[in-house]
Amino acid sequence: MKYIIFTVLVWPFMLFSQDYISGEIKDGDATPNSRGIAGANVYWLDTTVGTVTSLEGTFKIPYKAAYKKLVVSYVGYQTDTIHVDGPKFIKHQLQAATDLDAVVVRSRRQSIRKSYTKAQNVLTVSSAELLKAACCNLSESFETNPSIDVNFADAISGTRQIRMLGLTSPYILIATENIPSVRGASQAYGLSFIPGTWVESIQITKGAGSVVNGFESIAGQINTELVKPLTDAKFFVNLYAASSERVELNTHINTKVNRFWHTGLYVHGNRHNQRHDNNNDGFLDMPRFHQINVMNRWQYTNAKRGLVSFINLKVLNDDKQAGALAYRSETDRLTTNNWGSEIDTRRYEITSKFGYVNPNVPWQSLGVQSAFSSHKQKSSFGLSRYDITHNSLYTNAIYNSIISDSRHHIKTGVSYTHDTYEELVNVTTYKRTENAVGTFFEYSYDNLELFNLTAGIRLDHHNLLGTFVTPRLHLRYSPWRKSAFKASFGRGKRSANIFAENQQLFSTSRQLEISNAGGPIYGLDPEIAWNYGVSYLQGFRLWGRSGDVTLDYYKTDFKNQVVVDWEDPRAVRFYNLEGDSFANSFQMELNYSPFERFDLRTAYKFYDVQTTYRSGRLERPLTPKHRVFVNVGYATKNKKAEFNFWKFDLTFNGLSTQRFAATNTNPEAFRLPERTPKVGTLNGQVTKVFSSKFEIYLGGENLTNLRQPNAVLGAEDPFGANFDSTFVYGPIFGSLYYAGLRYTVK
Amino acid sequence: MKQLVMIVAMFCAVSGFAQNKNAKATLEVDGICGMCKTRIEKASLNTKGVKYAQWSVETHELKLIYDARKTATDSIKQRILEAGHDVKGVKATDAAYATVHPCCKYRDTSVIDTHNGDD
Repeated sequence: MKYIIFTVLVWPFMLFSQDYISGEIKDGDATPNSRGIAGANVYWLDTTVGTVTSLEGTFKIPYKAAYKKLVVSYVGYQTDTIHVDGPKFIKHQLQAATDLDAVVVRSRRQSIRKSYTKAQNVLTVSSAELLKAACCNLSESFETNPSIDVNFADAISGTRQIRMLGLTSPYILIATENIPSVRGASQAYGLSFIPGTWVESIQITKGAGSVVNGFESIAGQINTELVKPLTDAKFFVNLYAASSERVELNTHINTKVNRFWHTGLYVHGNRHNQRHDNNNDGFLDMPRFHQINVMNRWQYTNAKRGLVSFINLKVLNDDKQAGALAYRSETDRLTTNNWGSEIDTRRYEITSKFGYVNPNVPWQSLGVQSAFSSHKQKSSFGLSRYDITHNSLYTNAIYNSIISDSRHHIKTGVSYTHDTYEELVNVTTYKRTENAVGTFFEYSYDNLELFNLTAGIRLDHHNLLGTFVTPRLHLRYSPWRKSAFKASFGRGKRSANIFAENQQLFSTSRQLEISNAGGPIYGLDPEIAWNYGVSYLQGFRLWGRSGDVTLDYYKTDFKNQVVVDWEDPRAVRFYNLEGDSFANSFQMELNYSPFERFDLRTAYKFYDVQTTYRSGRLERPLTPKHRVFVNVGYATKNKKAEFNFWKFDLTFNGLSTQRFAATNTNPEAFRLPERTPKVGTLNGQVTKVFSSKFEIYLGGENLTNLRQPNAVLGAEDPFGANFDSTFVYGPIFGSLYYAGLRYTVK
Repeated sequence: MKQLVMIVAMFCAVSGFAQNKNAKATLEVDGICGMCKTRIEKASLNTKGVKYAQWSVETHELKLIYDARKTATDSIKQRILEAGHDVKGVKATDAAYATVHPCCKYRDTSVIDTHNGDD
């Protein structure tokens, strides 16, 4: 009996008495408890000779002297090729793939990429694109992007306001690593609180967007990925100085703590102390400011267990001063000596993220995010005061999985937000607390080639907005090569922070009127809008070079809106919409690379944005109907040194005439024409890359030295009845030149 | 002794037919481009029980996760062969190979060359 068993066991070895080598495949850690990998594939390169490892990770494979390269692979691990010199025992450790979907792309990538395969209309802006216009924070990084418009909010604060589909930033959900970040109190200045060098990439979703990030987005979503301690350079310095005597300094220091933890310290400082009045109206052309912004990130990565985590701490201190040239804070603040404005912001944020990807089944993952922020702004505008304190807590848990196979993907989860607002508007205090509990479910189907869709729905219970359902749908169909037809619709709902979002009203002598309709927020109702959109993307090759064309049309239809009515020059009124309000936008974009390393990006946009005011349905003020955009970029190539070349970039923005809010009831001297003139601005930058470590850049904004005359109405008497700084359609300062350097140690 | 043999035999049977819901396997499948990738992955996923299929243009490796209670690598291989792609050691029939798009003729070296330098 014993012999039989013995014979059976030995049999296989005797049957094939050819040469074999054996070995052992283990998990990447060199620790004692490193385990063998069962089921890994082992085969000789370019042959059909192969085997699979046993439960303990051991294997045995036929061997010939001609076989030199042994390939070892396993799902979720990097594939390795081992050089085998002779028949000996092989011990090998596989490294877990840090990113299961990691793709290595060697060819030169477009710095703005459009997706042919996603259901949503998403543009990804890489950090290379952000370097084209080197200045300085997120609000200034959309200058080379035709999908986002950048305007000045008023002639005093220098604040840049972004627009998408013709709608201002409150209608865009702006998130940092998928946590809504520019909202509530930070709505007006929040984009300037994210330094450009901290940005790794930006994803711009036009239209409704995903339900995962909340119910607030209406025109679209902008998500910013920040640099990460693991992948960012060990050390980075950026210095920037402009002809206006604005200086900025950015430093990044990233280090490895142990094999799981990495940490990074990012420090940003900026300062602009000079008083400029190039148009001689007695007012500063740009504010004086200084900002200290510090972020500390901790990143935990354990690829073997599928765990990732981030902890971020952020502290911001930002002070701005604007107004009359003669204004001095110590003697003039909140007096009629000189008109001046001061905006002081203190903000801190703690965010944490935790992610688990099941190492055995790559489609299963769980993510939990939470963020707490405290935002305090104290400000004065002439004799007006505006203070706001906003504390916010956000938590979101997402579970990812598949139904049946990886073509059917689901995301589901819950979220909770808690916001407290306390505002002081001159002498009136407004307080409110918002709580929202929500649950969401998103299903995506991808048939891998022609068609995919994402359908999402969320249900939220909000103490002021009520209980409501938010549906969102995105479809994509690609009937032929390099094409993508996309369609989307979705609903958004939000509470308008009327003061925080319209702070330019304080730099006027207008009366503030809120028509109390018994609604839950300042007596007003929540804003509700539906957004519908279609787009067509077509890639092509012409004369051997590639390019693409995009056409898109979006329509935003407000069911309710908090109308901000500037049509009476004596007042600014807030009331619930009665009638139509819509924003239609059409965009046509062409990208082409006519010769090697030369990129051309052109776009034409048409906006039809109208709102029903008490004085009738009117075009939204200061929104151009037509916009033309051209960006050209060229890089030289050095045959000897890969990292030694020049880059040139030039961007033209042309805006058609825009409607001024009515001024016909003003005295003759303070009346403005019905429409603004056309505006065209030109920006350019030259970068010299010396090595992979060092580069310098030199650039100019508004090269044609265009200036809007009379940017401040009633500048001679800022405490009089006709003072108004909101009629801004173009640059005030004229040309501005800057230079900077970047030093990177990988 | 008889009992021991029985236990060993039963144990072998159990371990031999372990009903793994998320069994993993890697196959070497021939192909050249993104279109091949779609075809290979679709053929795999269209096999009932296959949950995940990812083919690499570069390494020609098809990584699979499937429900071993519902399918086996042999039936997945069969589907891929029917779609016209050679699996390590087994050639697809000429009829099946004839169905792949002209730009995917991976057996033709001139077609392979045109794909070099692709995205």
